[in-house]
Formats: sequence, structure tokens, C-alpha cells
Amino acid sequence: MIIQGRVFKFGDDLDTDAILPGQYLSISNPEELAKHCMEGYQQDFPQKIKQGDIFVGGSNFGCGSSREHAPIAIKAAGVSCVIAKSFARIFYRNGINIGLPLFECAEAYEGIDEGDTVQIDTNNGLIKNLTKATQFQAMPLPDFIKDIIMSGGLVEYVKNKLKNSRRISL
Amino acid sequence: MGMTITQKILAAHAGRKFVEPGELILATVDMVLGNDITAPVAIEEFEKAGATKVFDNEKIALVPDHFTPCKDIKSAQLCKRVREFAKKHNIKNYFEIGEMGVEHALLPEKGLVGPGDVVIGADSHTCTYGALGAFATGVGSTDMAAAMYMGKTWFKVPETIKVVYNGKRQPWVCAKDLILYTIGNIGVDGALYKSLEFTGDTLKDLTVDERLTITNMAVEAGAKNGIMVADEKVVEYVRRRGKKEVRVYKSDDDACYEKILEYDVEAIQPQVALPHLPENSVAVDEVSGIQIDQVVIGSCTNGRFVDMKQAAEVLKGKKAHPYVRLIIIPATQEVYKRCVKEGLMDIFLEANAVVSTPTCGPCLGGHMGILAEGEKAVATTNRNFVGRMGHPKSEVYLASPAVAAASAVTGKITHPREVV
Repeated sequence: MIIQGRVFKFGDDLDTDAILPGQYLSISNPEELAKHCMEGYQQDFPQKIKQGDIFVGGSNFGCGSSREHAPIAIKAAGVSCVIAKSFARIFYRNGINIGLPLFECAEAYEGIDEGDTVQIDTNNGLIKNLTKATQFQAMPLPDFIKDIIMSGGLVEYVKNKLKNSRRISL
Repeated sequence: MGMTITQKILAAHAGRKFVEPGELILATVDMVLGNDITAPVAIEEFEKAGATKVFDNEKIALVPDHFTPCKDIKSAQLCKRVREFAKKHNIKNYFEIGEMGVEHALLPEKGLVGPGDVVIGADSHTCTYGALGAFATGVGSTDMAAAMYMGKTWFKVPETIKVVYNGKRQPWVCAKDLILYTIGNIGVDGALYKSLEFTGDTLKDLTVDERLTITNMAVEAGAKNGIMVADEKVVEYVRRRGKKEVRVYKSDDDACYEKILEYDVEAIQPQVALPHLPENSVAVDEVSGIQIDQVVIGSCTNGRFVDMKQAAEVLKGKKAHPYVRLIIIPATQEVYKRCVKEGLMDIFLEANAVVSTPTCGPCLGGHMGILAEGEKAVATTNRNFVGRMGHPKSEVYLASPAVAAASAVTGKITHPREVV
């Protein structure tokens, strides 16, 4: 899968309260959550996001709470991929589980600025900065993680597996 | 090559003799936990996947604690969803208000987690149970859903950082100060993806309740889990609470550590973590005098009886500053009852504190003490991110119950020795 979009860039330790403030945790509908995506970071941020945009973050992206609401809000807001120097581990697991493509690549963080247009090949982890005509190699995702993302998340992945083999192997 | 406690527990639950860091394993779980925020999403996923039966109705705990007693219609709907699921699947460990408590204070108290267990919870502070010698880690709702169905989950075996605390604590230095100091030293991503194994002489002197404060905050350094060896104190603690299966593991002498950090505890002062990251910890004396509007004493970090006692020791015979809202939240019904029985409640009420029924409430900006623009709070909670307790322009200063109580009395950040 090739993803292409405009970049929003963030610093280190972007936390889950910035991504989705605690006051909205009584919401579970993805479209409703999307309306508050990054509101803790900047009040009017949700209005700025367009379908296909890409988030680029520093180290420890998504630190803090285990709220799956955070990656759900990002995905539902239309963000197609998050690239970061590193991810907080629960956010990483949650992102994969709900089918949000995530790539770790420190060089890409250094070489991408806000507003750049970036293209990512989810198959091999190649990240191209089309604005600056540069490219970076992220660690490719293992096949089973790719399958989970392509299925749209862990639940759909398991359902597909069940359909195909009638046995769960995870 | 030897194994760490974390490796040993994971190996045992994967049916293996040996596992090494970096390996992906499928492990059985002894307890799966969710709360009123994360469980509804998990239940949704569970049902969407077509699952109809939980793997074991005694190995799932559902604790509505974040927005309870329900603060609005939306949170009431969430709790209803959890309650109906609990009834439908006959979930044994479902705790309604009046019996419940903040999940990570409640589960140890009820004897539901203990040495050698693998526990996953859809809450980042699930790592708390590591103080009981369990491998415990936070996951999201989808992982919780899958585990409720399969009784298994996948893990990447983490590398371990050993943290050694040696020496005697100075007066007024609490467990909270040790972990804030450590996070200040290694940073909020200092243990990213890794296991933090806490050890050293100092831990022996700490009660089990106090140790739970340390492992609780392992995630604030990015760690996958925090863990300690279950000593006699822990074994006695869990047995007294009815835990039957107790499997004590110790790290091998030749276990491999990514690094070893040693701290001389005598040099550590009571700490305050400044806004807006838990790693911004400094000695309280460096920031004393900052005026505050609110104090919150409670949470899964510091809402246990020992924390209430420390707060009461400072507050005895004193009043909160007239412009400070002092909110005290015993973390469980049992802690609350003990506060009544042992006279702590009188001290709190005489100090003009508001004492709430157990809830996570203010810690995550839910209810029971939200901050307005520009307000500052000293809290015994675990996170001080932007907007964590309310308005994006409010500030949270993390500290121990003793520092929080002293600050409530003077209306500014204060070392307890100034008050007692």
C-alpha cells in the first residue's frame, strides 16, 4: 500500500492527553472522537486535519494512558500514517491493533518538516519526502503486522483468519 | 545464561524453559482487567469479533472507577454497558461502587493478583502489580478483548534495567520521592519498551503498599513493566487476602541486564515533578513557595492506607489554607473504612478537607476537582501533562502525600518539616 499526504510535525513525548483529553473519554464513537483529535495540543487542531494527512513525531510518541481512544481519534480524523523516532509501547500496540500504520524512523523525523508532502510504501517501509526529494528507510513491518493493518485492525484480522481456517492462530 | 524475574514469569506462561529479550511469545494470562473507560471499547470489539464466551469468568476483573459514581449521562451509559456484560458472562470480579476502589489499589487488596502471575489490564498503570512479583502490563482495549476470549496474549520479551536503591531514607522521604527521582534521572522514555526491576536494601524497609507506588509509575518512564522480588512481606500480604497460587521468582545471578542504575537514597530529598512531565522532578526546597489553588491526595499511585496516614500525620490539628481546596480520595472502600475507624477521617474533616468516595476522578481531569485556567495543583497522582487535570493552561505538580498535605496547609509548595 502506498500512502501519501501532507505532514504535521510534533516534538518529543507527545502524550495521550494532548491527543485526546480525558474529558472526552466518555465518547467511544470514532467519528465523535475525531472531532477532538489533538485538541489538548491545540484547541483548533481538529479543524486543520484533512483526509490522508501524516503525523510525524519525535521520541516516545503517544506516551501516557492506555486509552485506545487516542489512536482511534487519529485514524478517524483521516490521518493515514504516523512516523516517529519512537513510540510509547501501549500506543504502538493500540495503533497496530486498530489498523493505523506506524513507522519508527529517526532519520525521517530529522529530514521532514511541517507541510512537506511525504509518501510511504507500507510494504517495505520506504519513506519519500516528495517536497525535498529525499528518502529514508524505516524498519519494515513483519508480515503479520502488515496483515493486521491491511485487514483494518486485529479484530478484522482474527475474523478473516477464522473465516479462512476456522482456527485461531495469533 | 540466566534469566530475570520477568523472563522467568513469561517463560513459564509460554510453556517454555527459556525465553530471551526480543523474542515474540504467546503467553497465558492469569487476570485480565478493564475499567469503565476501556472495557466498553473492549466489549464492543469482543462482540464485533463474534465472540460469545469469555475464557474464564474468574480471571477477568471489571472495575468501573474512572468516572464513577457516574458524572454524567455518557459515563452512566458506559458503566451500564460494563455492568450488563458482567451479568451476562457472570464475571466474578465485577465491583460496583460501595465495594469498589481505584482498580490498582483494589486488585491487590482483594487478593486477585500476586507473585508469578501474568496480568494485563486496559489501563497503563496495570504495571502496579509488579511490586507483588507479578508480570503486569498495560494494554489497549482490543488486546483486552482478545485476551478475554482467548486467555492468551502476545508479548515481546523485554530487556531489563535494574534499579538499585541503597541506604536509609531521610525524614519525610516517601516511595513516591524515590520513583520521581528515578524518572527525573532517566526521563519519560528512559525505559521505553523495557522492564524495570527494582531492588536494593531500601525496599526491604518499605511496606507493600509503599512498594506499589514505585512500580505504579514504571510506565511514566516508558517501561513495559516494573517488578520486584516477592519477599516474605509480599507473600504474607497476598496470602492474608486469600491468594492461593503464589509463585515466587528471583532473577538469576547471571541474568543479563541492559544496564544497572544505583541510587544512594540518603542523598534523595522529597521531590516535586514540575509541569508538564513526570521527569521534571526537583527537590521540594528548590521550588517551595509556589502558590497553589488545590491539593489532591489519592489515586492508584498514592491512595492506599499508608498514604492516608502520611497525609494525616501532617494535617493533624491543622487547617487547609483558606484559598486551597483540599481533596482527599481514599483509593478503596476498605481504605475509606479504615480512615473512619482509625480516626484519620476526623483529622481530614477538621482540616477542612473534602473526602470523596473512591474514584480516579481528578487525576485524569474527569470529575471531583477539575482545574480552571491558570490554576495550580499539587497532586499525589502520576501524570502532569498539559491539561491533565482540567484546563490546558492549568498546572499539576506531582508529589508525595506528605508534601501535598504540607502544601495544602500553607497554600504554597512546602516541605513537610516546615509544617510539622
